[in-house]
Amino acid sequence: MPINRRDFLKLTGATATGAAYAAFGFDLAPAYAQARSLKIDRATEVRSVCPYCAVGCSMIAYVTGHQAANTKPTLVHIEGDPDSPINEGTLCPKGASTMQLALGGSAERALRPKYRAPGADEWQDMSWDEALERITRLVKDTRDDTFEETDDDGNTVNRQRGFAFTGGATQSNEEGYLAAKLMRALGTVYIEQQARV
Amino acid sequence: MAASFGRGAMTNHWKDFKNSDMFLVVGANPAEAHPCGWRWAYRARDERGAKIIHVDPRYTRTSATADVYAPIRAGTDVAFFNGLINYVLDNELYHEEYVRQHTNASFIVAESFSFDEGVFSGYDEAVRGYDTSTWDYEYEKAAAEAGEDSTGDERPPATGSGESAVDPRGFVRTDDTLQDPRSVFQLLKEHVSRYTPEVVSEITGIPEEKFLEIAELWGSTGAPDRVGAMVYAVGLTHHVTGLQMIRSLGMLQLLLGNVGRTGGGVNAERGHANIQGNTDNAISWEILPGYLGIPRPGMETLDDYIEQVPAKQLAMNSLNFFGSRYRDFLVSLQKAFFGDAATEANDWAYDWIPKPAENSSWLTAHNEALQNRLQGLIAFGFHNPAVGPDTNRVLQSLSNLKWLVAMDPLPTAASEFWRAPGVEPDQVDTEVFFLPCTHWIEKDGAFTNSGRWAQWKWKALEPEGEIKDDHWVLAQLYLGLRDLYEEEDGAFPDPILGLAWPYSDPGHPPLEELAKEMNGRNIETGEQLSTFADLKSDGTTLSGNWIYAGSWTEEGNQMARRNNDDPTGMGFHHEWAWSWPLNRRVLYNRASADENGRPWDPRRPGIQWNGSLWVGDVPDFPPDEAPDVGTGAFIMTGEGVGRLFAPGGLTNDGPFPEHYEPTEAPVENAVPQGRREHPTAFFYDGARESFAPAGGDFPYVATTYRITEHEHYVTQHVPYLVETQPDFFVELDPDLAAEKGIANGSQVRVRSMRGEVEGVAMVTKRMRPLRLGRSKIVHQIGIPVHWSYVGGKARAKSNANLLTPYIGDSNVRTPEFKGFLVDIEAV
Ligand code: SF4
Repeated sequence: MPINRRDFLKLTGATATGAAYAAFGFDLAPAYAQARSLKIDRATEVRSVCPYCAVGCSMIAYVTGHQAANTKPTLVHIEGDPDSPINEGTLCPKGASTMQLALGGSAERALRPKYRAPGADEWQDMSWDEALERITRLVKDTRDDTFEETDDDGNTVNRQRGFAFTGGATQSNEEGYLAAKLMRALGTVYIEQQARV
Repeated sequence: MAASFGRGAMTNHWKDFKNSDMFLVVGANPAEAHPCGWRWAYRARDERGAKIIHVDPRYTRTSATADVYAPIRAGTDVAFFNGLINYVLDNELYHEEYVRQHTNASFIVAESFSFDEGVFSGYDEAVRGYDTSTWDYEYEKAAAEAGEDSTGDERPPATGSGESAVDPRGFVRTDDTLQDPRSVFQLLKEHVSRYTPEVVSEITGIPEEKFLEIAELWGSTGAPDRVGAMVYAVGLTHHVTGLQMIRSLGMLQLLLGNVGRTGGGVNAERGHANIQGNTDNAISWEILPGYLGIPRPGMETLDDYIEQVPAKQLAMNSLNFFGSRYRDFLVSLQKAFFGDAATEANDWAYDWIPKPAENSSWLTAHNEALQNRLQGLIAFGFHNPAVGPDTNRVLQSLSNLKWLVAMDPLPTAASEFWRAPGVEPDQVDTEVFFLPCTHWIEKDGAFTNSGRWAQWKWKALEPEGEIKDDHWVLAQLYLGLRDLYEEEDGAFPDPILGLAWPYSDPGHPPLEELAKEMNGRNIETGEQLSTFADLKSDGTTLSGNWIYAGSWTEEGNQMARRNNDDPTGMGFHHEWAWSWPLNRRVLYNRASADENGRPWDPRRPGIQWNGSLWVGDVPDFPPDEAPDVGTGAFIMTGEGVGRLFAPGGLTNDGPFPEHYEPTEAPVENAVPQGRREHPTAFFYDGARESFAPAGGDFPYVATTYRITEHEHYVTQHVPYLVETQPDFFVELDPDLAAEKGIANGSQVRVRSMRGEVEGVAMVTKRMRPLRLGRSKIVHQIGIPVHWSYVGGKARAKSNANLLTPYIGDSNVRTPEFKGFLVDIEAV
């Protein structure tokens, strides 16, 4: 009989816990097994990769309501992906607690843009429209102000030295590629990520 | 590493550790920093009796599971590796056939090269720089002869269709006996002969017997049927001699025949999920995607660039693949960036690529801000001040900006810098924006791990509130700018108006479309390419990152594959995700076989010649080229072989590695004919005054490091992890603690010339005083990073980088986080 992982969990749960509690004269095994399967039973398995170090451990995110109508997906569990030839289901303390990163920090997680004016000692909320309009203006003015078509020796250089772009080691390849494409098109020369620091 | 083999990436991959006989772990702590990858080393230990050697300033969990542990003074690794090279050459432990066949040991070096009193030929003290043209080979023809020749035979620059430009002087002269005193082999022998076990011990603090034990063990991997994996991390690169450290360990691996082999290689363990991927994508000042060099001022045309940047073919047997295809890759990149606006008539929009004046690294950018020359900064998931070095200096530099945009899921040390300890918000005129962006799990996309495996991940969750994807923000910025440049005047709008933006949702480009663009396609047929061999320089192909060609083909997304079969048993897993280049799992794998194409160790073949094809891993070599053609194994170098001597401008501080003391060091350099200060280290304005002299008020060597429960700074937002490692601490040895009256668990203050931190003292035998030479004792202090003024417990505000010096590696300016001077006292 082919046993999938979830059935396997139920089976071992039933036997091991069953034996332990039987010694006390009552048996909670069915209740525990039931609770265990309920948590991920109706969840969709979504394959992800750990966001921390560059081992690249595969993980499974169990999500209820994934791509279903009229429901907001809810993350119920993250565990190591046993199919991965790299981590074979294991995760280190960081990977094992990624659910808290995904859901948590939520107290500190801003849900809309924030702006801190010159000299101010606190943030204020700002709409995306306003923030983007202001940032776009600053980027353009800075670029226009500092753009060099040629250097002192008359070489064509077409660069801006007015602003820098830093980061990217936590974004995916595609996002990083888009950043590099846009930043180089703007003439950016100060462009660095975490590789050296 | 590029200077040694032609590419800068981990040569092997995590699971490949299972194939090793031995590990030499230096400047890394994989048991804590990369636990799930390091399992494979334990597998090798348990199943094949592999030995683990650990060399590190601190005794860590990696040391606890090692067979041999040696403490080392931070910042002296070049001396250690040069000592090993010397031992291996002296005792003839090197893999002789491999050295002859796969390295430049037999190449003859020009008379213009020399080394004296710690500096190489061509040094100019006034500009603290070298004329690197003196570090050259000797060619078949003298330069004068070559000059005459070339008048009659104007050789065009490489066409890009696989034709290699050859140096006008012809190929390099060689001596296959390796006896010529000007051969690389003999010059290397002479260079490292100063690094005797006694000298190495005096510099590094590794007891001589311990060094000899390690040298003998590691030297044993030079036997053809044995193989050892070199493992390192930022503990090595974070030094002023960082690049040369990597050079020295790469050379050692070449001499022992450990490069290109399953179970061997040079393995840099990287700290972030996608640091490899976005280095590949060139979020890095000196390159364009796929490690194409950024053009420099004076390279006025694409022809100039192709003439000067790619490697020339230097040996008859060199395929010089990269050098000969450079134009195809660059033109295809320009087509991906600029689409129809890049035409033959405008030199494929070559002028639109910005040309940096000089080093434009992280340190330079922040220094520009400090000098009030930089106006703005975009922090794309980055904690600039916490990352340092010299946090106070970085805070000052950010305070000088007009504007700062922080994009991140959570508050960062960059977004909050204006209220960091010691900063008065009303003194900071910077406008700061915090743009809330999605977590990794709220979007698709690929991460490339240290072993070059690009693994696709799927979106699992919808972001809350008005949180947006990073690429949504970038796209909105672009569309806004494009509108402004259409509506009003502005500087050089051409590359902005000409940027290719062919996405189905221009305001939120689907990541699949970006992945396909990186892979590349034939513009005429619209077909996705399956290999970069098909890229052309006539404008009919595009590829945003040539090394990712093959990742998203007509068969679909190869990075999303999930078949974990391993038919060879070597752990290649060719159908699990995809690895660059071309799904190859071990780089330079031609070197895993001898001249007849037979594996050095038949039990662990990388690739082997079956009479008509190379089989096993995806060959790093023309798949049907017979071994008797004699083509060199290192197809990315002009030499066709691995470089024991790195000629010309591959480095700016020497063709052989040389030990110099860290900028802040408690002792003089003990290498005979050595020099204390790195000859080309670059000093930023005013930074030199912030470095402590030897023998002054800061007698202890400090080193920074990471711990298993945290990842840089983001995990300060994860309560479980904050609970497991709540507080900033400092590790010191019991002798020093006794001398200073510091009790375990008490509060201490650590000061450097640049700042101070306070935290809990952890008095532990894991830190050991080192004896240098006969009498000198040096104490080392360990300081983990991970804490700053954001997240975590409110009282843990000390940040290790308040102490670190503002100086970088002389080549790429990686900061010197790992060896500097401090003082310590009880609070
Ligand atoms: S689970 Fe741990 S070892 Fe695996 S990728 Fe994440 S941080 Fe690295």
